[in-house]
Amino acid sequence: MGQQDQPDRKTLVEMYRKATLIKQNDERFRSVIKAGVLVMPYYSARGQEIIPSAVSVNLNQSDYIVTIYRGIHDSLAKGVPMKPLWAELAGRSTGTCKGKGGPMHVTHPESGVMVTTGIVGSSMPIANGLALASQLKGDGKVAVAYFGDGASNIGAFHEALNLASIWKLPVVFVCQNNGYGEHTKYELATAVANVADRAASYTMPGFTVDGNDPIAMWRVSRDAIARARSGQGPTLIEAKTFRFFGHIFGDADNYMDKADKAAAMAKDPVPAFRNWLIANNHATEADLTAMEAAIEKEIDEAVEFAKSSPFPDVAELRRDVYATEVTE
Amino acid sequence: MSSEAKKVNTIEAINLAIDDAMAADSNVIVLGEDVADAQEGGVIGVTKGLSTKYGTARVRSTPIAEQAILGAAIGAALAGMRPIAEIMLMNFTTVGMDMIVNHAAKLRFMSGGQTHVPMVVRTMTGAGFATGGQHSDFLESWFVHTAGMKVVIPSTPEDAYGLMLSAIDDEDPVLFIEPLPLYWNPGTITERGKRIPLGKAKVCMEGSDVTLISYGRQVFDCLAVAGKLAAEGIKAEVLDLRTVSPLDNEAIFKSVGKTGRAVVVHEAMKNCGVGAEVSSRINENLFGKLKAPVQRVTSAFCPVPFSKALEDAFIPSQASIEAAVRVTLK
Repeated sequence: MGQQDQPDRKTLVEMYRKATLIKQNDERFRSVIKAGVLVMPYYSARGQEIIPSAVSVNLNQSDYIVTIYRGIHDSLAKGVPMKPLWAELAGRSTGTCKGKGGPMHVTHPESGVMVTTGIVGSSMPIANGLALASQLKGDGKVAVAYFGDGASNIGAFHEALNLASIWKLPVVFVCQNNGYGEHTKYELATAVANVADRAASYTMPGFTVDGNDPIAMWRVSRDAIARARSGQGPTLIEAKTFRFFGHIFGDADNYMDKADKAAAMAKDPVPAFRNWLIANNHATEADLTAMEAAIEKEIDEAVEFAKSSPFPDVAELRRDVYATEVTE
Repeated sequence: MSSEAKKVNTIEAINLAIDDAMAADSNVIVLGEDVADAQEGGVIGVTKGLSTKYGTARVRSTPIAEQAILGAAIGAALAGMRPIAEIMLMNFTTVGMDMIVNHAAKLRFMSGGQTHVPMVVRTMTGAGFATGGQHSDFLESWFVHTAGMKVVIPSTPEDAYGLMLSAIDDEDPVLFIEPLPLYWNPGTITERGKRIPLGKAKVCMEGSDVTLISYGRQVFDCLAVAGKLAAEGIKAEVLDLRTVSPLDNEAIFKSVGKTGRAVVVHEAMKNCGVGAEVSSRINENLFGKLKAPVQRVTSAFCPVPFSKALEDAFIPSQASIEAAVRVTLK
């Protein structure tokens, strides 16, 4: 395959657009939280940008994803628009979820973002159900479950991967192995060297890839999504990456190895991808600078939109609990 | 649908409701342990015949994996299906609580109404079969305590049929609790397709002196006690709640407003049980009209015991219901 087996120029640039969109939003989230403009629990995915960017260019808008509390990057990559996203994080009525979900529960069915869960391990069983609906309806939609390395040690992982395998569900399990489950290093919590090794238990194809390598990540997700869409069943992808910051924004991350962190940050995947695109003549410096500036402007507008939007009416406490309001 | 009366027990009534719903809507699917015919249509046979009629794509036996079953049902419901997930026994819901409480119940609210989970979780339970501490609990309070869930407990085959049809139609997740001792009770479905609305109680016997409020198996104990008291000239009204979330405030207040006395009876234990909620609502709304404090008759505050001698003493007896009624009449 070699050189030929890589995305076309347009796709490469789109992958970079998604990756820098995630990075630039993350930078702004952290700066506004620090400044006290936004008050929210924030789980930064800085360093993991390439993974959902490469997966998402292989998905259709109508394909499903189920992601987790560290999942705003996954939602942005899948196409959730920035204005309602920022408004949701700011708890405003114009947010994706009218301010009722927040950063851990971003939902946007129009973009295929069906669930964001705050519970480790719960994305996988639900993604199976979305995939089951696709299988029964024959509508060709694929479901992607994102989760972290920590989630591969919880029971739901085993239940979900086993079921997906016996039912040949059109689902792709994407483990973003960022080296830490909350504060605990991967090796201390996990009995196998690679999460993907566990795929063998479910007679499911399993691949460990460098999640920060855009081409490798694009290839493995393209193949897994094609396998799911053509009825050949699920795949487990383990994308090795590194979480630049602590578990939650504001934690001192003293439990992280300083040398590991410095080494990972020195290989920051987003500028690395940028340099590669320019060096290989897939984009010009001027193109990418203009793209980044346009995103920065869109973020400015999204922040402004969020800040100027109204808070939800307290009557929202009674709405959406049930289809029709129930008197206590 | 045929209007011919059909004699059924509760097992057959639930089967018929699912059958009718599956015939009417190809989005209705069934999944759970042993539910397909190759596995005998469930341990009690509630789903017998359905996989033969509708195929194993729509009636799926699953691994013994409650999180996987419930997750699959939730995801399918999010994508427009109408799943009926069977969790064989109510105690097994405890290993799938995250899916029910954190996800099924909350996704509508947390998504600001963009998604919802129209699924039914069927489960059975009940003491009296020597199944001990992990196979017979009534845990409905846990789910009544969860905003977003509806909880149904039918007592008759007729109610089981009509309530199951409504549960499948419902746009919210419904926990459908089937009392094991009532499965073989006879009944008659007179009108196929007729729904019984969720959240509506039923007056099983009219009376003016005291209201016995119950659901599930204890409805029959209440009726027996009411019959006995009638011979003494004490007129007890018996209210079958049928749905414990949402509660039918109107029916409760109407009845107790009339009688001024209430005894709440259920198999779940007393602490934070449905009886506590019903009693509080009565106190908050009818305090001045009450002629006696509201009484509760429940199972003992201990795990369900094995020995027949203990199990018989564990569940509410007709004698204890009668004694509670007499306390209100003092």
